[in-house]
Amino acid sequence: MRFVARVEVQLRPGIADPEGATIERALPALGFDEVHGVRAGRSFRFEVEADTEAAARTRAEELAHRLLANPVIEESHLELVAATSEVR
Amino acid sequence: MAARVGVVVFPGTNCEHDVAGALGRLGGRAELVWHADSSIDGLDAVVIPGGFAHGDYLRPGALARFSPVMEAVALFAAAGGPVVGICNGFQVLTEAGLLPGALQKNRRLRFLCTTVPLRVTSSRSVLTGLVPVGTELSMPINHFLGSYVCDDVTLAELRDEDRIVLRYEENLNGSVDDIAGISNRAGNVVGLMPHPERASSELLGSTDGVVLLQSLLAAAAAPRAA
Amino acid sequence: MSGASQGSEPLHRALGLTDDERDRVVEILGRAPNHLELALYAVMWSEHCSYKSSRVHLRRLPTEGPGVLVGPGENAGVIDAGDGIAVAIRIESHNHPSAIEPYQGAATGVGGILRDIFTMGARPLAVMDPLFFGSLDDPKQRWLFEGVVAGISGYGNSVGVPTVGGELTFDPCYAQNPLVNVLCLGALPVDRLVLGRASGVGNLAVLLGSSTGRDGIGGVSVLASAGFSGTEAAADDAKRPSVQVGDPFEEKRLIEACLALLDEGLVIGIQDLGGAGLACATSETAARGGVGMDVDVTAVPRREEGMEPWEVMTSESQERMLAIVTPEALPAVLEICGRWEVRSAVVGRVTEADQGGSAGRLRIREGFEGPVLADVPAASLADEAPLCERPLGRPGDRAARRADDPTGDPGPGDCGPDLVSMLGDPSWVYRQYDHQLFLNTVVGPGGDAALLRLAGPGLPPSDRGIAVTTDSNPAWCSIDPRAGTAMVVAEGLANLACVGAHAVAVVNCLNLGNPEHPEVMWQLSEVIDGLSEACAAFGLPVIGGNVSLYNESAGVDIAPTPVIGLLGLVDALHAAPPGIGYTAGASMVLLGPRDGATAPLHPLGGSRWAVERHGRRGGALPLLDPIAHRSVVDLVAELVGTTVRGSDGLLCGVHDVSGGGLGVALAEMAVGAGIGLRVSGLADHAELFSELPSRVLVATDRPGAVIDRARAAGVPAVVIGESGGARLVIDGLVDLSVAGLRRGAAEALPKALHEED
Repeated sequence: MRFVARVEVQLRPGIADPEGATIERALPALGFDEVHGVRAGRSFRFEVEADTEAAARTRAEELAHRLLANPVIEESHLELVAATSEVR
Repeated sequence: MAARVGVVVFPGTNCEHDVAGALGRLGGRAELVWHADSSIDGLDAVVIPGGFAHGDYLRPGALARFSPVMEAVALFAAAGGPVVGICNGFQVLTEAGLLPGALQKNRRLRFLCTTVPLRVTSSRSVLTGLVPVGTELSMPINHFLGSYVCDDVTLAELRDEDRIVLRYEENLNGSVDDIAGISNRAGNVVGLMPHPERASSELLGSTDGVVLLQSLLAAAAAPRAA
Repeated sequence: MSGASQGSEPLHRALGLTDDERDRVVEILGRAPNHLELALYAVMWSEHCSYKSSRVHLRRLPTEGPGVLVGPGENAGVIDAGDGIAVAIRIESHNHPSAIEPYQGAATGVGGILRDIFTMGARPLAVMDPLFFGSLDDPKQRWLFEGVVAGISGYGNSVGVPTVGGELTFDPCYAQNPLVNVLCLGALPVDRLVLGRASGVGNLAVLLGSSTGRDGIGGVSVLASAGFSGTEAAADDAKRPSVQVGDPFEEKRLIEACLALLDEGLVIGIQDLGGAGLACATSETAARGGVGMDVDVTAVPRREEGMEPWEVMTSESQERMLAIVTPEALPAVLEICGRWEVRSAVVGRVTEADQGGSAGRLRIREGFEGPVLADVPAASLADEAPLCERPLGRPGDRAARRADDPTGDPGPGDCGPDLVSMLGDPSWVYRQYDHQLFLNTVVGPGGDAALLRLAGPGLPPSDRGIAVTTDSNPAWCSIDPRAGTAMVVAEGLANLACVGAHAVAVVNCLNLGNPEHPEVMWQLSEVIDGLSEACAAFGLPVIGGNVSLYNESAGVDIAPTPVIGLLGLVDALHAAPPGIGYTAGASMVLLGPRDGATAPLHPLGGSRWAVERHGRRGGALPLLDPIAHRSVVDLVAELVGTTVRGSDGLLCGVHDVSGGGLGVALAEMAVGAGIGLRVSGLADHAELFSELPSRVLVATDRPGAVIDRARAAGVPAVVIGESGGARLVIDGLVDLSVAGLRRGAAEALPKALHEED
């Protein structure tokens, strides 16, 4: 079966995020006074062939931990769906 | 005999000729080592030079650490061999887990190519063995992700174990504790953001990097246990 | 073809071809062209690719000179620099793409010019970026400016080529149409020189690098050959898909792979893919080599499904090269590409020349033995675009404008504020550029000219240096495009002299408005005449150029903006030149004329003081005397050259007098030195700010010796000041602290960009 994985990588809480902070500083000038807590991150989409969803999840998490996120400063969050039900 | 220093080349590395040239002018025997090579037998030291290994895609060093040569470099380092990562090389060493912490985007979110004042804060590393603590050096930096970060426990360890090798006198990138360079516990693996090879010629304005490169060559020439 | 061309408008017009051009195509083919053929002609005969409006005039430029190995018409000009080393240089514009997407526009501009250089077999060693924007008071300009600088930084640094200089000009005329010019120079062992031509029937055309997508389709004709309005958001949006995205990592691997192929002697000819993509690369290599080529359009690696042959042929996907190799060399070529992870595919075969014809046919096929989709004479695409003799018209307001002379305008009592406002430290820009890679940069950004060691991986050893400068002055050229352009060339010579170099070659990027306006064609013609005259007077060959037209918005053309790149050589480079500064206790000597040869003695027409400070754009330019200029420049190059050769020179500082006149030059030297200076004897604001050409300030501990040298060279020289203290005092006109000046200069750009702290 084919599964679609989406991995979101963000800086761990407490790690300085100059990009998020810069975006947040720009917001009042654009009229978004009510928006706070901006954190920058990045997301990845890939497809995994596996027999079961659990197996796909294990492999995808392995990939996220080994490569996509740097565990020293980043954490990752995985979402997995069957390829047939992917909403683009 | 001149020390043999391997200068690692990943696709996207760009300071390899500069580093090899500067080491050569100081009497070292520098040779380029391709990232796909899995053996570095016979080398006395390894430098991972600056550049944009694999385009810095994903994160600087994130892909480079999986190159075959990095396994050999890790073994070499574990055996006490001198390993220095300059700029992108520092980023590769942290990604590979040979040095703690990580390099983040500069405080101002812009690339910075300029000369900064530095202070040597430890002589207990292969890069600063010949340099007295407190020596002021002026050297170019050239990076977008040069802001050193680590957790408090790691920072306390780095301080307690005398592993902060270089500090910025003017901290432009926002590094924790003004850190410009660190070493591992044994002092044989060093990473730094400034470029000593760019401060190795009177004609180009500075020779402050020469003592660092000389320290490395001296460490490379010293007999090693293991 | 796409549905967009199915309206009432005939297809050829929708593609940008005129009725006459379409008739010419029918004449060439002896039949009506099919859609693919029409698309090929449309991109290749566009203004961008064919220079159809400017070619008639460009022929007047002098292109011959000693040491010229390759002149205009190839991918880059090449000069023999001595010691077995050749230097390749080229300048280009990326104005329109940068106006739409500043980061990618500038980035792909850098990528494109690099390919032009390593196509010649040269390793790119340095980039320079002359940039022109509207006022930074406008948030859109700040977005454009920051995006362009970030794009140059992001691409140039990553690809591993230092950016060693440039220029920064702000003028309201660029508000809707910024100019992003890029100059690149590279060096090669003379015997590695290769040209972009195919030869040898049966040889293969191998496409190297990125896969081909729909990015940049129609970019040639839409982006570069039609004016657009930055105010019409909808129109901008429609054109946005044409913007290409750069991949510096792909380019870096492509550079290394191509130079390795050339080192191994595996390549017969090589050509980059730029404007008009494969259509251009295949037809030009065939036309130059006097052969034909069959292209298998299905063999081109694609990144999108369902691409039509015309899309594949005209795509401007970045980071691609076309190499001509023998079948025997192919395995070795593929192996080198594999090592550098560069994709490679055989997409073409060299075929015979036409009988009696100059070159062969370009045939686009579906499979090498498959059906022929297009069949045209290669040379007709590459070289035979109908020339366009557009009408010239001298602007009607010339006399009135000339009479509107700011020279007699009353000056301020205290010239300090005007002076301060004209100082700007561009380090905010160049600190974002790696300007030191390769350990060659002896004088980098911020100097009068960049000065580099002539060294690089794979080059024979040499003590020589190369200097390069880019110069422009839209205010001068707007008043008098002909004299203004000549003065810009002269300024370039002075800049080179300030780093001890003598000029050997010129490249130019002529940025102008809409050629359908007769005044713009007149400007173009005048600019080319001014450039020709200056080059002839100074004995310099023009070895490459680029013309960028349609720089306008809402019908208003930009000021004529020829950007002149000058390449200079230093025979022995052992020490840095004295630079823009001085030591304490030195005398400041003005070399060159103190006053103009005719009244008014200190003209202000076209000066920064008049234009920037007071919005006065009329008057007449000061006169340039090429012979006197040459004497000053040679003297300065000689004085600085002593230092650069490693001997004990007379000078402790040097700077040419250009935009902003003596006032700005003196202030910049004071800022560079961080030491005060007292100047006496300047009559008034006009003498302080006049931009009389052929003048250089030198600081020295031995003024007598300098004046003797000047007298011997027939150059006027006078001591105008002494250094010391902490203030810049120009008697009766200026009294400012140097520290304050320095701070003001450093803060000018960050403030204009609204940066915090």
